[in-house]
Amino acid sequence: MRPKIRYASGLGIVVTFVAIAGLFGQTKKATNATSQTSEDPVAPAGNSIAGKKLFATVGCYACHGREAQGGSAYGPRLAPRPIAYPAFYAYVRKPVGEMPPYREKVLSDGQLADIYAFLKSQPRPKTADSISILK
Amino acid sequence: MAHNKFPGDRRDFLKNAALAGAGTFLSPAMATTMPSDVRSEEAASHSEVGRPGSDFMLDVIKSLGIEYVCANPGSSFRGLHESVINYGGNRSPELITCCHEESAVAMAHGYAKIEGKPICVFAHGTVGLQHAAMAIYNAYCDRVPVCLILGNTLDASLRAPGHWVHCVQDAAAMVRDYVKWDDVPASLQPFAESAVRAYKIAMTPPMGPVLLVADTELQERPVPENSKLNIPKLTLVEPPQGESGAVQETARLLLQAENPLIVADRAARTQAGMDSLIELAELLQAPVIDQNSRMNFPTSHPLNHSAKKRAAIAQADVILGLELADFWGTVNSFSPEHLTSHPATKPGTKLISMTTGDLYTKANYQDFQRFTEVDIALAADAQVTLPSLIEAVRHQITADQNNTFKERGAKLAAAHNRAREEARTEATYAWDASPVSTARLCAELWDAIKVEDWSLVSYPAHCSWWPLRLWNFDKHYQFIGGPGAFGEGYGAPASVGAALANRKHGRLSVNIQTDGDLMYAPGILWTAAHHNIPILNIMHNNRAYHAEVLAVQRMANQNDRGIDRAGIGTVMDDPAIDFAKLAQSMGVYAEGPIANPRDVSGAIRRAIAVVKRGEPALVDVVTQAR
Repeated sequence: MRPKIRYASGLGIVVTFVAIAGLFGQTKKATNATSQTSEDPVAPAGNSIAGKKLFATVGCYACHGREAQGGSAYGPRLAPRPIAYPAFYAYVRKPVGEMPPYREKVLSDGQLADIYAFLKSQPRPKTADSISILK
Repeated sequence: MAHNKFPGDRRDFLKNAALAGAGTFLSPAMATTMPSDVRSEEAASHSEVGRPGSDFMLDVIKSLGIEYVCANPGSSFRGLHESVINYGGNRSPELITCCHEESAVAMAHGYAKIEGKPICVFAHGTVGLQHAAMAIYNAYCDRVPVCLILGNTLDASLRAPGHWVHCVQDAAAMVRDYVKWDDVPASLQPFAESAVRAYKIAMTPPMGPVLLVADTELQERPVPENSKLNIPKLTLVEPPQGESGAVQETARLLLQAENPLIVADRAARTQAGMDSLIELAELLQAPVIDQNSRMNFPTSHPLNHSAKKRAAIAQADVILGLELADFWGTVNSFSPEHLTSHPATKPGTKLISMTTGDLYTKANYQDFQRFTEVDIALAADAQVTLPSLIEAVRHQITADQNNTFKERGAKLAAAHNRAREEARTEATYAWDASPVSTARLCAELWDAIKVEDWSLVSYPAHCSWWPLRLWNFDKHYQFIGGPGAFGEGYGAPASVGAALANRKHGRLSVNIQTDGDLMYAPGILWTAAHHNIPILNIMHNNRAYHAEVLAVQRMANQNDRGIDRAGIGTVMDDPAIDFAKLAQSMGVYAEGPIANPRDVSGAIRRAIAVVKRGEPALVDVVTQAR
């Protein structure tokens, strides 16, 4: 028998952790950067290709979908246009909702930067009105 | 010449019975004193044996209007089996060949969700029931009627060597905690009375599975010529209506509330129940949260606020819970991560419970959930009480309240429309992704079926509820809720059972089928093909027991050990299962695996054409996790 599991939209309250910006200052520079997030001066460089792979292997996809599109009953949508990096970093390290924590021991700062780069690299979707079967 | 005082087996007994011919019924006690030369004479044919008890049992079953018997064959009910196919002509009930007893019970579960009444399941009293147990528990937790008849041989002297392992002293013991009632009638008249009683109990809300043991001797022994067997008349119990004073008080609280909220779980049994709920909600202009164990409220109704349930619960000052399986879980937030809880309501919110659950509670299994403090507890059936509540509201409502409610309704309608629009926008994300997003899958499916008279016969929790967010559900039979106890292996057979019920109504049954669930007992595909049960199966094939991926990830993260090994024991890949080939091997039309979203639409439409011919079809779509 398998229990019904309900996952909440934890990142909805992520703003609580924006204050923990000091952590962000300790992030390491990622190597092989291909997606420098110049429009967000506080985000470190990261490798979006490596980030896409990590997104699957470390299990982010399980709740948020392989394209970070989210699902209503599980993890929320993360991309495109992810939340600011300090808040992202703080929440991943110490979530308050249903998401399990990803501490440095299992996910380095560099890897986290790669994942963030992947999120930022995701294209904006078409509008619903431009998709005939969603009209 | 030696006398054999102890009949060695059932064959001896039948010979003895045959000798009675059209004359006096021969009791087993008399038979034991017969000379062995007489007993060793060539056995008479069945017609000479006389009418077996199982024929009368079938008459009883027929009197209850049972349309089908789902069974995996077993010798302990061979008498009943033979009566169904020969004496009964295999019509009403018709025997449905199942490849697993769990599938048989789940089929009955799904059938009852559509048809509102039970069918029978035959099974061995031992090994068959053991296979069936989890499906019985699902039906019990989902408050669904199923009639089980078990074969067993109680008289140890009649058990052949080797047969002992298929015999039991108290067959129902292993499932007694999760059936509503069971009995072991010792003769035919009590069988008739117990069968009618069992049906009546199963159909009395809260409904549930019931179980009778039909002893092999009772099945196979001839009916005495001079017996005066009687099949009692079935009169179903009228479900209890709420006490009038409590109903009036409920109306008063709802009318005086600033933000009343209606939450419905197993409330509507029929379209009439759904219509009553619509009427009440519209009178009050109150939002409704459908918890999706039944089709309670139209998804596109402006008062449907299921998509914003947290906000609605947090805002409510009066909450009316209709047949809630878990009122505590409705009004509290619980964190599986932190194992902590807090109220989801604001202080002072009045809670009103209306449920037959208060009239029937067992001890061992804890499906009654955590205790909830409520302000009014109506031990009553919601569907039959709603009309009197509507009348009370109509009687008490004032013109001023009517005007206030209209304003509230307009705001609620706007919020509902925003939620539907948000869902439409959310569906666009990962639209072209491969594996296929569940939103894309469900949108393509909706586009193909919306012109049909369709019925979703699966539970869409595992695909992020997209059907309920994107489709337009407005008929009771369009949704059947979930498994009850969330025991896996329910989905595929329950959907086929529901499709069996839908067949005579000409509806297009649609099953969004998860891969892990189908692998419990895939033989149900053969059952659907063999019995020409039209059903459109669309695989939501995420190649994992994904709920457990999440669970193991949680543990690995909590213990700081990384989650790169969470797929061990949870992922169904390497090799990936080819569900199209699996289905084809059992005579089911199938396509796939399909990983390109652009290929989904065509495959679905080709499969629908097959289903419209009266056959099952399957499209294997490789999907995102949720």
